[in-house]
Amino acid sequence: MTRKALHILAVTAPLFRCGLTRARSVSNFQSPKTQIAHQIYDLHFFVQAICAGICVAMFAVLFYAIVRFRKSPRRTALQFTGYRPVEIAWVIVPVLILLVMAVPATHAVFAMKDTSNSDITIKITGYQWQWRYDYLQEDIGFYSALSTPRAQIENREAKDENYLLEVDHPLVVPVGKKIRILVTANDVIHSWFVPAFGIKQDAIPGFIRDAWFRVDEPGVYRGQCAELCGKEHGFMPIVVNAVSEREYSAWLADQHAAKQSPAQASDAADAKTYSLEDLMSGGEKVYTHTCVGCQQANGQGLPPAFPALANGKTATGPVAGTIHIVMNGSTKNPAMAAWKNQLSDLELASVITYVRNSFGNSVGDLVEPSDIATVRHENP
Amino acid sequence: MNEIQEIVVQPAVGPIEEPHGIMRWLTSTNHKEIGTLYLIFSFAMFLVGGSMALCIRAELFRPGLQFLRPELFNQLTTMHGLVMVFGAVMPAFVGFANWQLPMMMGASDMAFPRLNNFGFWLLPPAAILLIASFFAPGGATAAGWTLYAPLSVQMGPGMDMAIFAIHLLGISSIVGAINIATTILHRRAAGMTLMKMPMFVWTWLVTAFLLVAVMPVFASAVTMLLTDRHFGTHFFNAAGGGDPVLFQHIFWFFGHPEVYILILPAFGIISEVVPTFSRKPLFGYRSMVLATCAMGMLAFLVWGHHMFTVGFGVGPELFFMYATMLVAVPTGVKLFNWIGTMWEGSLTFEAPMLFAVGFILVFLVGGVTGVVLAVAAVDVQLQDTYYVVAHFHYTMVAGSLFSLFAATYYWLPKWTGRMYDETLARWHFGLSIVFFNMTFFVMFFLGLAGMPRRIPDYPLQFADFNMIASIGAAGFGFSQLLFLYVVVKCVRRGAPASARVWEGAVGLEWTLPSPAPRNSFEIPPVIK
Amino acid sequence: MTTATRQRRLFLILIAVAAAMFGFGYVLPPLYAKVCQLTGFNRLQRADAVSGTQQDSNRTVLMQFDSNLRDGLPWNFRAMQATAPVHPGQLVQVSYEVRNNSDHAISGQAIASYAPAGAAAYVRKLECFCFSIQTIAAHEVRQMPVIFLIDSSLPRDVPTVTLSYTFFKVPGRQARAKENGT
Repeated sequence: MTRKALHILAVTAPLFRCGLTRARSVSNFQSPKTQIAHQIYDLHFFVQAICAGICVAMFAVLFYAIVRFRKSPRRTALQFTGYRPVEIAWVIVPVLILLVMAVPATHAVFAMKDTSNSDITIKITGYQWQWRYDYLQEDIGFYSALSTPRAQIENREAKDENYLLEVDHPLVVPVGKKIRILVTANDVIHSWFVPAFGIKQDAIPGFIRDAWFRVDEPGVYRGQCAELCGKEHGFMPIVVNAVSEREYSAWLADQHAAKQSPAQASDAADAKTYSLEDLMSGGEKVYTHTCVGCQQANGQGLPPAFPALANGKTATGPVAGTIHIVMNGSTKNPAMAAWKNQLSDLELASVITYVRNSFGNSVGDLVEPSDIATVRHENP
Repeated sequence: MNEIQEIVVQPAVGPIEEPHGIMRWLTSTNHKEIGTLYLIFSFAMFLVGGSMALCIRAELFRPGLQFLRPELFNQLTTMHGLVMVFGAVMPAFVGFANWQLPMMMGASDMAFPRLNNFGFWLLPPAAILLIASFFAPGGATAAGWTLYAPLSVQMGPGMDMAIFAIHLLGISSIVGAINIATTILHRRAAGMTLMKMPMFVWTWLVTAFLLVAVMPVFASAVTMLLTDRHFGTHFFNAAGGGDPVLFQHIFWFFGHPEVYILILPAFGIISEVVPTFSRKPLFGYRSMVLATCAMGMLAFLVWGHHMFTVGFGVGPELFFMYATMLVAVPTGVKLFNWIGTMWEGSLTFEAPMLFAVGFILVFLVGGVTGVVLAVAAVDVQLQDTYYVVAHFHYTMVAGSLFSLFAATYYWLPKWTGRMYDETLARWHFGLSIVFFNMTFFVMFFLGLAGMPRRIPDYPLQFADFNMIASIGAAGFGFSQLLFLYVVVKCVRRGAPASARVWEGAVGLEWTLPSPAPRNSFEIPPVIK
Repeated sequence: MTTATRQRRLFLILIAVAAAMFGFGYVLPPLYAKVCQLTGFNRLQRADAVSGTQQDSNRTVLMQFDSNLRDGLPWNFRAMQATAPVHPGQLVQVSYEVRNNSDHAISGQAIASYAPAGAAAYVRKLECFCFSIQTIAAHEVRQMPVIFLIDSSLPRDVPTVTLSYTFFKVPGRQARAKENGT
């Protein structure tokens, strides 16, 4: 009986604790950084307080009954089967409580859905298994993929602070501006979720859905994909860099500049010739970052969904075939994506060379960045 | 419910040539034997699903990938859900329905005994098909038990095996439900009007109608999935004019009534156990019946609360929010009525009552977290996080499963004529409730902090609570072996039990001897 | 009526209900499409009946044009202009350009999506390439017009509407069959 009392206390106490702290903690919502997130935080506290109160009250009554009405020789059970006034009261009172909750709950829904008068529109596309951000008014776009090294995931290296919450190219937005996001997906349903913003929008392939946020404070905000989308669902995080307007303009200018001269950077790479060792070591890096999730570190893949590269027909056959499938993806097997827009000539050349000469393959040839450039030129 | 004032003595049935051994079990049309088959099957599936859960929690014990590749992890989470819902919990409640409904209503057997046999024997092939899908090329389906398109369209042959298994499971549920509904409506003893039926019978009546209404919708959803996968239809494919969100609408139109199917019989069991151990009648019988019917009807109006983040307009978002919040009212009525039953009673806490009170305490937590999730704006933060996982495990494990334990301890002496070991059963309760809370309470915090569902690895701030949850899961899992031991020990060498078994037990089944004869109420009693 | 007869009758009724609910599952897709049409979400139809052509020069709605490719289509697909300020009731023409970068003809079909989703009911398209199969020859560059107007009854609190097209690949056999009208 005392154990039951202690148990009840242990179970209910945290219900109080978690509502009271505003600091970032692992037992409550992350610190809210948008007005919507604040609204949700407060609404949740309100609803949770009412629910916790109801729980405590009912536990108390139940506990009292357990103690007070135990079977004993001195008393017998009263054989009543109902009591109309109480039965009516405990229908009416909950309805009233729900009505009280419904008012702020309704306000919050209207606020969440109001995407009008935004300053910037960003299209967010979910892929298996990374995100793509396109700034529609700026004609800038890039992919954003997990950058935590595989070695950390496989427990061969110590995990760093932002394990599984770091990407190569974060989304950059200015503080204080209303950002309207158009969320869609390339393949299956994903969901763009940033807890600090109070935003979660499912990404439905074939349709765009809009949502919005306005960040109050500069900072780096992290989230994860929130709809099961296949094997790497846990490995496609979201990182948003909220910066001052000046920094945002500077970043935009950098992005435009990089767009103007990818050819120059590429040309520099294309002009050089590379040794097999250089290509193999560079290729291994690309492979470990980009390919290993499906193809495995040993190139065995996971047939039939991911055919093995080791002694694979395309991997060891004519080099044009390997180049084609890596650049353009596979029509037969949609799991193999097209990488020509996401990898540079040098990266493509390196990883193709690596694949053709690893896992027991020893085709012996190498692919230069200039070869890739030629293929691009013929098939823009 | 009125007391029975006249009992007709049961003459023994004349000698009938009954099969023995395996044929006895394969061909039985006896509701008690079929009930036993359902319960043994469901417990076996419970152990299978539980082992999958232990694999999942082992991987989640620490950050990083230790034991399982991500695709296998997703197969396990999917199959854990399908096996537990369709293989463990639903067949268990049907097993109790089979054993108890005829005895509680003074009927000799179910309305359609041969259909009863057929309904059960669909289950083992379905289970084999489902579990064998792990060995199909590509493994079992890994799309989550909710099977959302287009991910489920991408899956390998394991998905097709699961679809066929689901069809078999669905047919079994539907014919079982038809049998149960017909038995309740047409086989009650004379004088037992609807408003004199035990609550377990009432809840099963509503559940049976829900099953007949929504299992076919699930069947059509997975059939559409099948044809999208192989026969060129495009129900869920935008390219062909379809919509992936349509799958969610159809699935959850089934899925929400499904969770009421999983809990209403549990409510019925608690409504049987609490009055017995309070030694007074159920408080508010009439309002219990109304609340059950209200929940059955409301179940059809709230499916959208599983879809608050797909991009509804304001109108639907608000409608589903209000309708879902409203469900708290009849649920609350039930909880208040149970406490009202205990009020001014004469309470003892044998194992069935421990699980019933445990149910009330823990279901309350599950229920109020449902109200939190119903608030659409808050749900935006919590959808697809561990908060939802905690919520439905509170309602389905501490809810449905605890009620099944209560029911087992409550009725096993009637079925077997032997008492179970009360001390061990209390240990089973204590271990279960402590480890259950250790496993799932911390998941509310993980969800609040933003940990998504269905991920095999997680960022470091979630590590501590995941470790606690995994330890709790191991404890909870192994405690269920104690349950198995208690049941087996009871069946083989428990102390003899009386006909009434429990001092406060009221109802037709307690007028029969313990063990209940194989054919009971061959001549129906008359209720005054 | 004997118990057996009553039971059989209920059995048949419940079997019929189960069958009807299975059929109801199949009614849901067209029902869903109808509800979407009525509420203005996800309109996939082709040309629309034009009404509300009274131009409202006092109001400007910003139209945004977005494009997406799926199924690894080896195409470039873009709107010729990213945005266009339009008055409700004003007839507007914009262009989308498709370039087939491969060596063989490929067929695709585009579907339109709108944000906010409810705005779909107010965008009347007189001509568009949505939902009809486009077969683009090898290395062909094609301009496809979209002629539309925004109905002047568009709610006041919607100052921006995004029109997004997504091209999906159509397998060759299917493309030929649809073009032949089969």
